[in-house]
Amino acid sequence: MKSVNHHSRLTKTLVRSLAFFLVFLVSSSAFSQDIDEARQKEGKKLFKSLCASCHKLDKKLVGPALAGIEEKRTNEWLKAWIKNNAELRASGDKDAIAIFEEYNGSNMTAFPQLTDQNIDDILYYTTVGEVKKAAVAGTEVAGQPQGDQAPKWLIYILAAAIVVAFLIIGSLLKTISELKGAPKTPGLMGQTAELWQGIKQNTFLKVLTVIFGALVAAYFLFGTLFKVGVDEGYQPIQPIAFSHKIHAGDNKIDCQYCHSSAKHSKTSGIPSVNVCMNCHKNISEVADDTKVVMDDHTLVKADLDKEIAKIYEAAGWDANKLEYTGNTKPVKWVRVHNLPDFAYFNHSQHVTVGGVACQKCHGPVEEMEEVYQYSPLTMGWCIDCHKATKVDLKGNEYYAKIHEDLAKKYGVEQVTIAQLGGKECGKCHY
Amino acid sequence: MASNKKYWQSVEELKGSSIVETLRNNEFVQDIPTDEFLGDKETLETSSTSRRDFLKYVGFTTAAASLAACEGPVRKSIPYVVQPNDIVVGVADWYATTIADGFDFANVLVKTREGRPIQIMPNKEAGGVTSARTQASVLSLYDEKLRLKEPRKGETQISWADADKEIIAKLNELKDANESVVLLTGTLASPSTEKVIADFITAYPNVKHVVYDAISESAAADAFEAMYGKRALPDYDFSKAEVIASIGADFLGDWQGGYEKSYAEGRRVETGKMSYHVQIESNMSLAGANADKRIVAKPSEQVFALINLYNQVTGSSLPSKATAFDAEVKQLAKDLKKAGSKGVVVTGLNDKNAQLIALAINKALNSEVIDTKAVNLKRQGNDTQVAQLVADVKGGKVKGLITYNVNPLYSLSNAADLAEGIKNLKLSVALSTQDDATANATQYTLPAPHNLESWGDVMAKQGVYSLMQPTIQPLFNTRQVQDVLLKWSGSTVNYYDTLKEFWSTNVLGGASWNQALHDGFFKAENITEEEIAFEATADVNAAAVQLVRKANNASGFELNLYSSTALGDGKQANNPWLQELPDPITRASWDNYLTVSMADAKELGFENPVKDNGAIDGNYANVTVNGVTINKIPVIIQPGQAKGSVGLALGYGRTQGLKSEMQVGINAYPFYQNGNNVQYNVSIEKASGWHKFACMQVQSTLAGRHDILREASLKEVNDKKLDPKHTWNKPFMVSYDHQEVEGSKIDLWDEHDRSLGHHFNLSIDLTSCTGCGACVIACHAENNVPVVGKDEMRVGRDMAWLRIDRYYSSTVEDKQYEAKMTLEEFKAQNPNIANQEIERRYTEKVLELSKGDLFDALENPAENPQVAFQPMMCQHCNHAPCETVCPVAATSHGRQGQNQMAYNRCVGTRYCANNCPYRVRRFNWFNYSENNEFDFNMNNEYGKMVLNPDVVVRSRGVMEKCSMCIQMTQATILKAKKEGRAVNKDEFETACSSACSTGAMVFGDINNSEDTVTALKEDKRAFHVLDYIGTKPNVVYQVKVRNTNEA
Repeated sequence: MKSVNHHSRLTKTLVRSLAFFLVFLVSSSAFSQDIDEARQKEGKKLFKSLCASCHKLDKKLVGPALAGIEEKRTNEWLKAWIKNNAELRASGDKDAIAIFEEYNGSNMTAFPQLTDQNIDDILYYTTVGEVKKAAVAGTEVAGQPQGDQAPKWLIYILAAAIVVAFLIIGSLLKTISELKGAPKTPGLMGQTAELWQGIKQNTFLKVLTVIFGALVAAYFLFGTLFKVGVDEGYQPIQPIAFSHKIHAGDNKIDCQYCHSSAKHSKTSGIPSVNVCMNCHKNISEVADDTKVVMDDHTLVKADLDKEIAKIYEAAGWDANKLEYTGNTKPVKWVRVHNLPDFAYFNHSQHVTVGGVACQKCHGPVEEMEEVYQYSPLTMGWCIDCHKATKVDLKGNEYYAKIHEDLAKKYGVEQVTIAQLGGKECGKCHY
Repeated sequence: MASNKKYWQSVEELKGSSIVETLRNNEFVQDIPTDEFLGDKETLETSSTSRRDFLKYVGFTTAAASLAACEGPVRKSIPYVVQPNDIVVGVADWYATTIADGFDFANVLVKTREGRPIQIMPNKEAGGVTSARTQASVLSLYDEKLRLKEPRKGETQISWADADKEIIAKLNELKDANESVVLLTGTLASPSTEKVIADFITAYPNVKHVVYDAISESAAADAFEAMYGKRALPDYDFSKAEVIASIGADFLGDWQGGYEKSYAEGRRVETGKMSYHVQIESNMSLAGANADKRIVAKPSEQVFALINLYNQVTGSSLPSKATAFDAEVKQLAKDLKKAGSKGVVVTGLNDKNAQLIALAINKALNSEVIDTKAVNLKRQGNDTQVAQLVADVKGGKVKGLITYNVNPLYSLSNAADLAEGIKNLKLSVALSTQDDATANATQYTLPAPHNLESWGDVMAKQGVYSLMQPTIQPLFNTRQVQDVLLKWSGSTVNYYDTLKEFWSTNVLGGASWNQALHDGFFKAENITEEEIAFEATADVNAAAVQLVRKANNASGFELNLYSSTALGDGKQANNPWLQELPDPITRASWDNYLTVSMADAKELGFENPVKDNGAIDGNYANVTVNGVTINKIPVIIQPGQAKGSVGLALGYGRTQGLKSEMQVGINAYPFYQNGNNVQYNVSIEKASGWHKFACMQVQSTLAGRHDILREASLKEVNDKKLDPKHTWNKPFMVSYDHQEVEGSKIDLWDEHDRSLGHHFNLSIDLTSCTGCGACVIACHAENNVPVVGKDEMRVGRDMAWLRIDRYYSSTVEDKQYEAKMTLEEFKAQNPNIANQEIERRYTEKVLELSKGDLFDALENPAENPQVAFQPMMCQHCNHAPCETVCPVAATSHGRQGQNQMAYNRCVGTRYCANNCPYRVRRFNWFNYSENNEFDFNMNNEYGKMVLNPDVVVRSRGVMEKCSMCIQMTQATILKAKKEGRAVNKDEFETACSSACSTGAMVFGDINNSEDTVTALKEDKRAFHVLDYIGTKPNVVYQVKVRNTNEA
């Protein structure tokens, strides 16, 4: 289960350049299609901001799928409906009433603020959709697995071949020069043996080597032993391939939207499934070009949609009927940051009182596709920060008197956490 | 003042037993069993494992273990699917509710974490008081062994629906045949439940409701009814009392529910006024231990004393008899008359006539302490009806029996009769929380939820309504009794709606239900007091005649049955916290025993020898009461026990459904005939064998530190002319720069600056501490203190962070020994000897008293010693002896005054414990959690739910001790920081201080001048225990004050 994050940079670079190359090839061809891109863009923007919470192009959500709606209804009717559907129904329009009844009498929001031009743009978008993007993504998906898998073994073979080639060339050159009459030099082994003989005879060198050897051994031994139980880089595989990069990075969702107890409690809180459903009730699939690049594999739309389906399973949400079934199944996340029981840590002290950014300890989570333990979480690491961090005492009534006294005592403008008592054993161990 | 007072802890210590002497010098009497561990020489030589091999194995296993430890476990983190709105993971929620189990009633606040109750504290807003049992009831909730989990029919499991169907059919059958059915419950004191029962009786008119209290106050209720026309108990407000005369009533224990709060309120030394409390009793009870004057009298003498007191107060001449302490009774009567309406008489004799006379005296005094209007409803049992029920069940007159949370097959003296009758009943149903004896004898056994899982209301005192709300989802397939009865009555509404409806019509009078539920109680603005229909003048003459006749017939020993502080009526006998709570007086845990006076013990040949491991043993006695004999009851010699009387606690000796570890003690209920706590004509004979007791504190001797606590009289304290520092609260003085200075003023070290930030202090008022033990259990719950079991308790390996030491004291009268000089003169001759030492030398050299002589000197006083309680926990010394000896700096001092203990740093050398003068450090000899050898609450999934997630569970090999609830002080600080404000006045709390109902324990920040503790620290009564050691503790005690009733 434990896997440490070994980034194979070379692999990644190769994959990325290959993908980019392919994308470039295909996209240039896609641009040749005859689409008014400005209108499409404008329409998409409006659609995303106003319509997307209830409509999708290709799928029923709260309301009907809207792709090709222009072929079903006249432009005038659509404009009337969008601007004020209740009025349209009141006027006795049969189609309008029929739709209203089909969707169990749920009201669509009226959009009187939209101009005809706006509506035309939206409708244009529903008609042309994301044709070109789909094509791009499709090619990319097709190209991806090859690009992703091939170099792995290829590179090793290539490297081995190069090394072997150099060795062969080297020995060939040597043989040639020897044949030409050069004095016979001892081989690599021979040289080492000679060095060894020299060391053996020289007492000073002997002692020096022993000391050096002992120091190196001690260095590595201590290094190893001190790493026991330190899980820096711990990156377990989670039951759902949740990407913090997409949520906190791309979509800029605040950390504490999901980890809401961080400001109140000692735990930051793994969000309950109902928090996921706040958004995912409406987001049942990812955008076509989304991908999540994990260490050893990449997830594409098809995979990611399955991951979202896992939330629905946990929450007991029937994505077709759009209702909760009541069959819930809690998600068993794997805990990444583990503190021993004898250490007390309180998130709210650091987040609410100290105003420490989450990233200070958790690292660039917004860039992590898969979360790993960024900090060592050792006592030394805690204490170092407590020693170095100056406490911002302004604006907090609690510190008013203490600050004055302490500043006087230590003769400083701002005291550190350690000076406030943040180094005492009992503050974290009870 | 303290000079002539000798403090002692056990009878053996007085006797000057050689083992106690050894213990004084050496904590470990036994040699360390190295041979046992290593084996003898021969075994070692013949062993196939050589020393080299052994070292190899050690090396290999160590390496293997450390390699195995490299891979950490994978931990799962499973969030809610839908998180409840009011739960923030990691933040505690508090709910106001009410505990009412038929014996204990209390308004409480329940602390829950992630939906699990983990602690119970008194709801001080509602005037709530928690006893040790109330505190511990949170653990009984998680009792996976004893709790009923599924409905049963006989041995087989049955669904609720089927059970309903079958029982309703049978009920209807019985109704049609008009055959009698009895609903037997304990005291419910619940207005809405009474309505539900009334409706049930309307549906089945053949049903009769009988109330049964295992420990009965039936006679008192009968007497009250005879005088005031209503069957109830009077309520008492001891805070109004100036003179309290108690004749055998342990009103600081369980008598009529306990009155320690108002008692302590009437004895605040700082007001300059204290009630004068005289206790006439046979057993040494909590009330007796706290009394200003205790008169030892066996029960038959108590009867005469009561009548004599009546005669003296009213000037009448009821038939009585002279007693050895008539002069004292006469004086008491004088004091009572002087106090007039501020005087009160209570009696614990469960006899209608005795109760009538006590009521009559109170009436004659026109006492305002006793409240006959807003009555006490905590004990409603009716012994006559219960006796009738048993006879009817046995005789076949009653055909159906439904019991709810009572266990008569255990707690009735004639349980065998009932057991026989139950077999022939047409319908027998037990609705019960516990899988007890009764639940196993009935046809249907239906699980009821625990108090903390239930809705309900309680009216423990007339006009004061409390609400009970669930604090956890039901753990098992349970249903509340009210819901069961509603269903069987054919009603379709559930109890919650019924309760709400009942409250809005009958209680709230337009006030908000939500507010009442939030507060946990409701007090109507103007209660319309029930007009009492008639007030009869009881025929005290006839009562006295009957009483005297009975008392005159008393021969042989007299047995006084009582309920112990720990187990009460025995409902929570499967609760390891309570089993391990030492009795406040005898300090024995995991046992009940016969308490015998020293004189009787000498006569009958009973002994309590101290064994070389420091524990005490006891003889067995066979006791016979009215033809019922119980064999092999262990005997403890109790100083202060009346000669000719013995005591025995009820509530022990339960077996059905209990864990084997908890099946301790003797069931004394067979002696509890006719619900009478006093039984005459008892015969006792010595039986063979030795019983092993597990007493706390007798192991730890005073080691000559006889000045451990200080006492003074109210007169001395009130005397403005006396300087306490030179009279009754002398500090330790030393000679410094040729001047006498207080020991605490000089220092070897440079003092740290302690004026910055918070500095915590705990003040303990020895006057207010009644020894009830609530703080001990609160500490267990808050700090995950493990239970160690009887064997470990016996060898002094208890883990309690907080213990309440009990000291007996007696005064050696100088004149008795024709002293050559007084102590003062001796002091003047020897100016260089320190105070605590001079007393010892005076005793030895001047009085020429050896240990044995001292025993003789004290033997007489030991028949009635004074008692003082001293809660003892880590003193958080500013100059802590433990800190300097720790080789790994695992224990260190915080700036906030707390002596901190880093468990993960401790390597278990135990130097600190050896260097602690207060003996408050506890060593984890074993892993007490997840260990089958200690199968208590920390060894099963349910019991572990009570653990406080903010405090670590310690593992084997580390030292632990009171942390001054640093997790609570830190939480308070964090709360203030988050809200951006300074910490409020008295906001800091510890578990013990918030559990203390009498206000004896006060915690706070002495750097905050507003905190109560700041003034207490400088109070004239304040002193530090063993101040001459110079440890400068952060726990400060207040001198115990007794009202000696001098003008």
